[in-house]
Amino acid sequence: MTSSESTDVLVIGSGFGGAITAYHLAAGGARVVVLERGPWLSGEEFEHDFKFGSSSTRVFDFVVGDGMSVLSGNCVGGGSVVYFAAMPRAPRFVFDRKGRFGHRMWPSAISRGTLDPWYDRVAEALPVSQTSWDTVPFSGGLFGAACDHAGRTANPVPVALDQAKCTNCNWMMAGCRFDAKRSLLLNYLPAALAHGAQIRPLHEVQYLSRTDDGGYRVHYTVLDDVDYRVEVDSGTIDAKIVIIAAGAGATPVILQRSEPTLGAMPHAVGRYFSGNGERLNTAIFDEERIRDVLGLSRPDGVPYEAYQIGKGPCVASWDRLDGSLPEYERFSLEQLYFPPGFGTILAQVPDAVGPTWFGAEKKELLRTWQSWLTVFTMSEDDNEGEFGAVPPSGNAVRLSQQMLARGSLRYEPTENTLRGWALSDAEVRDILERDGLSRVMPWTNDVVGAYTVHPLASCRIGDNPATSALDDRHELRNHPGIFVTDGSAVPAGLTVNPAMTIAALAERAVPGIVAAARARGVDVRYGAPAPDGGTSSRDAVLPLARSALRQ
Amino acid sequence: MVLEAYADTILPGEKRWPGDRAVAGVSSDGGAVAAGALLALGSPEGGLAPALDALADGLDEHAEEYAAEAGIELDPEVPAFVSLDFPDRVRLVQRLTDPTHPEREAWISLAMFSVIAFDAAAHSHTVEALDAGHVGLKIIGFRQPDSDGLWRFDTYSYGRQLAQPHPDTTASGSPA
Ligand SMILES: Cc1cc2nc3c(=O)[nH]c(=O)nc-3n(C[C@H](O)[C@H](O)[C@H](O)COP(=O)(O)OP(=O)(O)OC[C@H]3O[C@@H](n4cnc5c(N)ncnc54)[C@H](O)[C@@H]3O)c2cc1C
Repeated sequence: MTSSESTDVLVIGSGFGGAITAYHLAAGGARVVVLERGPWLSGEEFEHDFKFGSSSTRVFDFVVGDGMSVLSGNCVGGGSVVYFAAMPRAPRFVFDRKGRFGHRMWPSAISRGTLDPWYDRVAEALPVSQTSWDTVPFSGGLFGAACDHAGRTANPVPVALDQAKCTNCNWMMAGCRFDAKRSLLLNYLPAALAHGAQIRPLHEVQYLSRTDDGGYRVHYTVLDDVDYRVEVDSGTIDAKIVIIAAGAGATPVILQRSEPTLGAMPHAVGRYFSGNGERLNTAIFDEERIRDVLGLSRPDGVPYEAYQIGKGPCVASWDRLDGSLPEYERFSLEQLYFPPGFGTILAQVPDAVGPTWFGAEKKELLRTWQSWLTVFTMSEDDNEGEFGAVPPSGNAVRLSQQMLARGSLRYEPTENTLRGWALSDAEVRDILERDGLSRVMPWTNDVVGAYTVHPLASCRIGDNPATSALDDRHELRNHPGIFVTDGSAVPAGLTVNPAMTIAALAERAVPGIVAAARARGVDVRYGAPAPDGGTSSRDAVLPLARSALRQ
Repeated sequence: MVLEAYADTILPGEKRWPGDRAVAGVSSDGGAVAAGALLALGSPEGGLAPALDALADGLDEHAEEYAAEAGIELDPEVPAFVSLDFPDRVRLVQRLTDPTHPEREAWISLAMFSVIAFDAAAHSHTVEALDAGHVGLKIIGFRQPDSDGLWRFDTYSYGRQLAQPHPDTTASGSPA
């Protein structure tokens, strides 16, 4: 006889989609268990160290696919622990994108206007604030000045950062040691715990099956805390409602693996993956030109040499976020930092005689590292990613103890995607090579394919059942009681950083999930304040939530 | 020795001693090998260690094939790949890592570990690597931490507005 533990709501993954829903359901009175495949780290456990086995590899997931590599978080707090905390809202035109099927990809119920009250909830909860120019690091300043010199505009980006605590150490991908980055570990997750939610780290969900009472059984394995390839235990939990928020690189794999036990999945599960049209260019600056052309110099008189200093992306150029431009030709550019390793291997040598990404010329290029500036393109790709064969466990076959794995995502960029990238490459060159400021090269796609830190759309919401896996309440079609609230639900590339939109959609989904839970006999209510008790944005959405609760 | 020669092709260094065969010596200071590429490749964390012998053998086979094709006479004293001169090593590595090569993932993995050994010293604690004068961190100019081993930059901003904001910026600071 097998005995299974039970709960009202089981949440898979503790990133934005998991933490936000877990908090509201726990605060509303439901019994909530969160299963998270990664470890649970905080504060001083976030190390300034590139060594294998330090927090920089423990909390990170890097899955190489066929033509697309995906970087994400692997810990309690998910991507919010490793991310750069840039939190812009998506521009209005994005919600009207048609994509390759020629019909609006977003549900008709959602537009920037209808999403704004939910964005407000996230902005209050984390909180998100605007960056002022006096806290913009040298790299952001350099990008801004170059944009200005080229007749472009540039904005400091809204961020979830406490500037007073930030040391500009640029170690944020290893987790923030100083609690300056407002990850989910500082707001939604502690608030969920305070309301009785349980979070179980190193619990990796493999698949779902049905229970006799119309609920679901969630099957998990427990992973070794150093070597994630090793399974140390396994178990099941029964739940009335399951929320899948394992991230767009993992959620569809769990559902695909569940097909034998749950029955056929909607066609769109594991299809229409978007990498948010990501592309990187690295500029190698001429320090003298920075001084002569842009008139910049640090207090010590050095013009720049400060790539290492800062806090990820701080300044963006939104001139190409123009809704009157054709689809696939709109993108934003954002100044960015990636640490050595990830941030150096794909950078290419300008005017190379030999190989561009390795060799003697590459070594010479590395000598100029402090004069580099990386520029991040977020464009409109064509949702051309598709997941292939289901791996034996997790979302990929783990090659290393931590971080590195091989997955089944195939991504062959279409002409539309390639056109957007080419246009953005040209735009970056036009801005940054002007008057001899720098030499610019895109990162190579020949080593690990394209790459993304913004996986999206692999299990998306929509009105059309043929091209969307979820209805506009985030419920999985034909599988009532299963909701998906992470980046996989976002229908398509956003042209800006996605976490703010993922989080707003999760906030928006909560009243519908509460209604579904109530229909299944769970005594739960909607209406929790922000995690710190703030109520202004909650009060603004209550009338909206009422209609969802009535449905 | 074969894997050293491979790592040296990815980020080349100076010969460690006269007559060093693995390191081709095309650069004036340390490269991936001096930076510890073999330690990174062999680390239990990396997961590549069990495959290294097979990879070294495979690399030699490819080198023999390459040499036969190009009419290059190999030195029987050293493994075939080591016997190739630097430009030929480069051409062979380009071939092995080309998007169309069936074994490219293995060769790219070797390259990736060589790069992170040099650029990030990922086989040692960063603070210790800096103290020991790790050649890669030195070459990229990675800055020193504070005395407690943590990085803080008190001076970090030009401190003034350097561009005009987009006219369609909303009150929350986002695009409209
Ligand atoms: C280096 C980096 C920088 C970034 N910077 C920014 C930025 O500045 N702004 C921005 O908007 N976005 C940024 N992002 C992207 C952002 O982190 C993601 O878009 C966001 O975290 C996605 O939220 P999510 O809820 O979809 O999934 P995630 O936050 O990825 O959470 C999913 C969670 O599920 C867990 N999980 C996966 N599989 C299982 C399983 N089988 N069982 C149990 N748990 C599982 C994962 O470990 C993870 O914790 C960045 C990402 C990276 C990698």
